[in-house]
Amino acid sequence: MSTVTIPTQPQLEMPKKHYLNDNYGIRSWLLTKDHKRIAVLYLITITFFFLIGGVFAALIRLHLLVPEGALFQADVYNKLFSLHGVNMVFFFLVPSIPATLGNFLVPLMVGAKDLALPKINLASWYIFIIGACFSVATMVLGGVDTGWTFYTPLSSGYLKTHVVTMAVGIIIAGFASIFTGLNFIVTVHRMRAPGLTWGRLPLFIWSNYATSLIMVLATPVLAITLILLAVERGFHIGIFDPKLGGDPVLFQHMFWFYSHPAVYIMILPGMGVISEIVTCFSRKRVFGYSFVAFSSIAIAVFGFLVWAHHMFVAGISTYSALVFSLMSFAVAIPSAVKVFNWTATMYKGSVSFHTPMLYAIGFIGLFTIGGLTGLFLAALGLDIHVHDTYFVIAHFHYVMVGGMVMAYLGGLHFWWPKLTGRMYPEGWAKLAALITFIGFNLTFFPQFILGYLGMPRRYAAYPPEFQVLNVLSTAGASILAVGFILPLIYLLWSMRYGEVAGPNPWQAKGLEWETSSPPPTHNFEHTPVVTEDPYHYGEEQDGEVPVVP
Amino acid sequence: MQPKLPLFPEQASTVAGQVDALYLFLVLITTFFSLLIALLILFFAIKYKQTPGRKAEQIHGSTLLEIIWTVIPLGISMFIFAWAAIIFFHQRRPPTNALELYGVGKQWMWKFEYSGGQREINSLHVPMGRPVKISMISQDVIHSFFVPAFRVKYDVLPNRYNTVWFEATQPGTYHLFCSQYCGTKHSAMIGEVVVMKPEDFEAWLGSGKAEGSMAANGEKYFQDLGCITCHRPDSGARGPNLQGLYGRPVRLSDGRTIIADDNYIRESVLDPAAKIVSGFQPIMPTFKGIVNEDGMLQLIAYIKSLGEQSGEPLNNRTSPTMLRDTEVPNIQQEMKNQGGTTQPQPGKKP
Repeated sequence: MSTVTIPTQPQLEMPKKHYLNDNYGIRSWLLTKDHKRIAVLYLITITFFFLIGGVFAALIRLHLLVPEGALFQADVYNKLFSLHGVNMVFFFLVPSIPATLGNFLVPLMVGAKDLALPKINLASWYIFIIGACFSVATMVLGGVDTGWTFYTPLSSGYLKTHVVTMAVGIIIAGFASIFTGLNFIVTVHRMRAPGLTWGRLPLFIWSNYATSLIMVLATPVLAITLILLAVERGFHIGIFDPKLGGDPVLFQHMFWFYSHPAVYIMILPGMGVISEIVTCFSRKRVFGYSFVAFSSIAIAVFGFLVWAHHMFVAGISTYSALVFSLMSFAVAIPSAVKVFNWTATMYKGSVSFHTPMLYAIGFIGLFTIGGLTGLFLAALGLDIHVHDTYFVIAHFHYVMVGGMVMAYLGGLHFWWPKLTGRMYPEGWAKLAALITFIGFNLTFFPQFILGYLGMPRRYAAYPPEFQVLNVLSTAGASILAVGFILPLIYLLWSMRYGEVAGPNPWQAKGLEWETSSPPPTHNFEHTPVVTEDPYHYGEEQDGEVPVVP
Repeated sequence: MQPKLPLFPEQASTVAGQVDALYLFLVLITTFFSLLIALLILFFAIKYKQTPGRKAEQIHGSTLLEIIWTVIPLGISMFIFAWAAIIFFHQRRPPTNALELYGVGKQWMWKFEYSGGQREINSLHVPMGRPVKISMISQDVIHSFFVPAFRVKYDVLPNRYNTVWFEATQPGTYHLFCSQYCGTKHSAMIGEVVVMKPEDFEAWLGSGKAEGSMAANGEKYFQDLGCITCHRPDSGARGPNLQGLYGRPVRLSDGRTIIADDNYIRESVLDPAAKIVSGFQPIMPTFKGIVNEDGMLQLIAYIKSLGEQSGEPLNNRTSPTMLRDTEVPNIQQEMKNQGGTTQPQPGKKP
């Protein structure tokens, strides 16, 4: 850590009245229509599911320390990876940034008092909680062993676990994300402050807007798919099971029609966070604003046209595989454009390395690897070999954890002073970011090699020659766990003991920094008027991020 | 001996080298771009580190650069796309001279059958230097046939034959995995592929205890099921003639013409009303629940043995044979009357 002297600055004080102390009592939280409080409710909820999913992941990695499996019977192991996947995807990753940082920041960034539909926003959280209860009930009753993909006819006709309960939970939670998406779309269209044209919107807004489009358009398909699955399972109406006259591959088409775009639900908001962080800590406007903004929309659109690349070995026709492969290569381009623009943003900047920037740099590196290894899977002749192996696991964890979770943590640190009014401890936070980066790579890099060697995913036991790489991966996972637990501890600590942050500790641009920290319930004392482009850095007096202890 | 920490699986098929070459190229591309980004970030981070007195230089962007870093990645990915597609087409087109085998996946085992009637469980013997094509089907859920050493994988579906082919190049024993999650013992649905020199393979085939070839068993089964009562070569038959049917176009009553392949024959047995041959009545009962996947493969082998042809559509009647209600056969009833309650079983049970 660098030795820094704390500059003498006027003693900052917490604002007297803000959204956290405006009201007290459980009632004031459970019936709140304040988007900031709902963001906090979501934050608590998804942290719970992140921890549960994390415990399942830890058990999976421990089990795989030895070839025959160290801890569990095969059926228990199958439940562990299924519950890890379901909880992480549907109850953490999908809501992660949109429902927490998005909920908190979208109205602030567009200079509005709240989202367009505050009651719908609260309803979204309640719906999510109902869905979450089904997930918890499933776990308490004994879990599911379908994998998060619920492939038929295994899930509809063969497994004896609580498939329908879990499916119902996911359907319900899906409506929460439709509500959030709808709210964001309306808010961005209707609630922008005077002068905040589309070309002046922060890139975080662009990426959440693109995400919302996917949420609103794709999530209903997931609901339909899972309802059909439940109907087949419950009433033996043949849709997917050939024994009842159905077609199992139809399920895969429908499932991936949602779940591939959902991958972009899980990464686009993260990209928005990175754009905010990189500009702030480079003290620069973003390089190629419109290219970064429109690449989000391009990803959202192309993302709908690539679903069958999950099915290259499932018996789809050779020519349709060709089309889906071509589209999958095309969807990689806008992501590449973003990476190049973030990198170029640092060029001739004035770069400082506070914790959010460390996460952002980590994101760019890991997402680059995650994205490029996606090309391996889009490549038809190569996908045949690596499909359904640990190569796929490594690839999507590089995108989902190395990408989205890093962006989420980076964003959480970046806006933590706005959320709570207090700073996190910088030294500990840098340490945690470093540990996360190292632990992550040690966990998932060996899995690329493991996958190419041919280890299939979802194996409770494996041939002995794969052990070395599995042990490395488990060792990495234990480091990664430390990296995730540390922020949980010091962020909670900082809520009480952290330095008072002041309205704009990073000297960052953007309307959210122009109000006090934490913001008042109605966000702004006066409706802000926007007169300049986004990321209008370089105007402030010393042009630097103030050094924070 | 394998090294302690190998980076590649063994190369034991003709396609393995091609797949590895593409993989290495992609590893190269990934390494290059990851390093490029990492080094640029590192360089900018050091060079443009925040120092008192120096301000960031505001740059809006550069359309030229945007075009460059859109077009170059696009070009590279189109190159990869084409390369991978060529390998894929090669992998999906079995050579016509391939040795044909049959595979059935079920929770949680692999069954293989050779046209000579030899059967194996969780083990597959194949000759070196000759293309092998496997027609696969599942008895229950979706499985996936995966042999890493061959770089070959394809899903095994419960309602349709999928095929996979490879040409082994190295004698040895290799992993066979089920790579599509298929329930509790998914990770135990493994086996071995034994590649043998051609002469050893012939000797191995000869030593098998086969009870007649697949086609012969199929013929017996065909008679046991009573198929022969309708599917006769004479012109007044109630069902289409099956002589020389396999591989030939068939004209359907709705005007379409399709090829009589494995999937068509299977569907016609299990769901006879799905595709009615032009000039025939939809009178055939379903054999769903009666004919299992092993039996089905034998029936197909028998129909295939009746001659593979190509050319004019077969069974092209212009006017349907008229049947009175009393003439419509009740196959299941007839079978019950013949053989009591026991259902005919194909060949040797596994």
